[in-house]
Amino acid sequence: MGLMQKHAVFERNSIVLLIGILIVVAIGGLVEIVPLFYLKSTIETVTGMRPYSPLELAGRNIFIREGCYLCHSQMIRPMRDEIERYGHFSLAAESQYDHPFQWGSKRTGPDLARVGGKYSDDWHVAHLTDPRSVVPASVMPAYPFLKDNPLKANLIAEDMKTLRLEGVPYTDEDIANAEADLKAQVNPDGMIEGLVARYPKTVVRDFDGNPKKLTEMDALVAYLQMLGTLVDFSTYDDKANLR
Amino acid sequence: MSLEETAYSVFLGLLFLYCVLAAGKAVDPVFAFHATIGAIASAAGVFLIIRSFIDRDGHVEPAEINGKPNYNLGPVKFASIAAMFWGLAGFSVGIWIALELAYPALNLGLPWTTFGRLRPLHTSAVIFAFGGNVLLATSFYVVQRTSRARMPGLVTPWFVILGYNVFIVIAGTGYLLGVTQSKEYAEPEWYADLWLTIVWVAYLLVFLATLWRRKEPHIYVANWFYLAFIVTIAMLHIVNNAAVPVSIFGSKSYVVWSGVQDAMVQWWYGHNAVGFFLTAGFLAIMYYFVPKRANRPVYSYRLSIIHFWALIFLYIWAGPHHLHYTALPEWASTLGMVFSVMLWMPSWGGMINGLMTLSGAWDKLRTDPVLRLLVVSVAFYGMSTFEGPLMSVKAVNSLSHYTDWTIGHVHSGALGWVGYVSFGALYCLVPWVYGKRDVYSLKLVDWHFWISTLGIVLYITSMWVSGIMQGLMWRAYTEFGFLQYSFVETVEAMHPYYVIRALGGILFLTGAVIMAVNLYLTIRHGEAEKPAADVALAPAE
Repeated sequence: MGLMQKHAVFERNSIVLLIGILIVVAIGGLVEIVPLFYLKSTIETVTGMRPYSPLELAGRNIFIREGCYLCHSQMIRPMRDEIERYGHFSLAAESQYDHPFQWGSKRTGPDLARVGGKYSDDWHVAHLTDPRSVVPASVMPAYPFLKDNPLKANLIAEDMKTLRLEGVPYTDEDIANAEADLKAQVNPDGMIEGLVARYPKTVVRDFDGNPKKLTEMDALVAYLQMLGTLVDFSTYDDKANLR
Repeated sequence: MSLEETAYSVFLGLLFLYCVLAAGKAVDPVFAFHATIGAIASAAGVFLIIRSFIDRDGHVEPAEINGKPNYNLGPVKFASIAAMFWGLAGFSVGIWIALELAYPALNLGLPWTTFGRLRPLHTSAVIFAFGGNVLLATSFYVVQRTSRARMPGLVTPWFVILGYNVFIVIAGTGYLLGVTQSKEYAEPEWYADLWLTIVWVAYLLVFLATLWRRKEPHIYVANWFYLAFIVTIAMLHIVNNAAVPVSIFGSKSYVVWSGVQDAMVQWWYGHNAVGFFLTAGFLAIMYYFVPKRANRPVYSYRLSIIHFWALIFLYIWAGPHHLHYTALPEWASTLGMVFSVMLWMPSWGGMINGLMTLSGAWDKLRTDPVLRLLVVSVAFYGMSTFEGPLMSVKAVNSLSHYTDWTIGHVHSGALGWVGYVSFGALYCLVPWVYGKRDVYSLKLVDWHFWISTLGIVLYITSMWVSGIMQGLMWRAYTEFGFLQYSFVETVEAMHPYYVIRALGGILFLTGAVIMAVNLYLTIRHGEAEKPAADVALAPAE
């Protein structure tokens, strides 16, 4: 069989084999990945989407640190039961500033894409500290240390600079005010006009119920409470990005 | 000192200086800790190079002795034992987190013992530490034997093996201390990724350089699979882990990709970590160890060519089946599904080639439990590569996605295929490299086989039931048109299956402990292999 004899070229020359392998394995990825940077449905702009406020970003980093994504997805699929349980299906634009994405792959716990505003701050604090105190059958780990750990965020401006390098539209003003904004978001009695102007729909509250201390619990609850709240689906035009 | 020894000494010396500097200037404690590990490891590296230089006293191991290749087996021995060690560790962590899901109090309320931190420790320990060391050990052995040439390099083979295990230590301790990129199966942070890239390039070079020394005109089929594994993993690793560190003296980085693009890149990586790390690499093991143990040639040369190219071409496309019904465009998801279904064919091509190699030697399954492990692994490969395409079909995936069915599927592949083919290979390899006739006790291998098989059966059946049940409960409606179950009711319903799953894991670990004892006894007290001349004179059985 002629074709099989021609295969000897690959079997006799390691570099030819190596190049052959590289070409063959490169094709699928190129076809599936590259268009995603150009197609309108994957780079759509949706009214309401904004980068994370400094406190939300710090909270998100705690979410990542604790591996929450291993049990909680942030991607609602367009099926009747999911939409009724969790809300409107997730849009590509809703994770456009997520480096990396947090869609998850397993729901040991419920989806969190639109958990923001569904529960009170008190509930979140109680639940994170001891999940079984509010949901007796929960299998979630307890995170009692979050409300004791002070939030270390002295590098938050550096975090935002790094993200800007990767395309997240933080302005010079956002970065200059990063630390101040971070602290302002837990102090509803302070100066919050700048923060709210820079990050529309930002919720300003003392999230962990302890006004004396800025903790990891503050940041994580601030992040959870904003998830899925940015896009207003009463005005969202799902045809706007079709072509 | 040879050029190689000098270059490594200088490189590791500079690395030591950077690590000391980084430990001092670190912006977070974990980075300081990892820089300290890096400093100790690189100093130890320089020390080992200098000590071996003094010990060898100008003498270089010859490539051949009396016209026979003088194989370099030290690194193979180290990686084999490391694989066994990490395997026991990884299986144990798996049992622990399985029990955490059944009894959440076991999370202990401490940061470093929660499920979220231990789960990456489990997956990395079994895939990269156990599986990775099995791949390193077998590939270094197989490429030398099938090329009939000694692996070149005084330092490089050891650099690959030890460097890889340092990567494992940095990755694993990082997870416990909360350092993660949050990309599944690619959790290690930027500095660990950079280090792995350096080690991996050295690995590719050793592998290629051994092929260049080969006495055979043709490169043996197992080596095609090893090469595809090494090259493709390099490509996937670099693209998926592209990240910008916040500080070069800190552990945190941000991945350059975001949102839907990041999801696609991640599952292009994630699925092909399965395809090339856990499949191509272990198929290479199958192609060497099954024929060797059965003492029969590979069933079909043509089939191996076709299934090799088809497998590596099709696998790459399959990633989007992890993203059905998400914000990924539908065409991409459909492509992923179609290619996953097509992938069934080359997968079964490989299975047939492995199983049919036993033609005329099926009776050995009764008497040789090592061969039985290898053959059952190929059968599990066939089963999970049938289940995979099935689950990639959108209608099925709408039910199975986000549930334990996926976990069950992964473990039928991981425990049944990767685990068993690795066990079979180690049971062959350890006696060979330590110059023993066979494993210390075949009876113990038999016990290992049956106990672990029972464990796998408990594991995958309980996950099928719990996964399909939960998927159905999520979408169940009452007669009035309301969702029938709250989320937590579905969690409650899974408790018995989580207990059964943990029991399955305990049985699997028990088998592995028996194996570790058996391999220890083989090394310590195994019957030495008779010199080749005696074997030639021995009468035929």
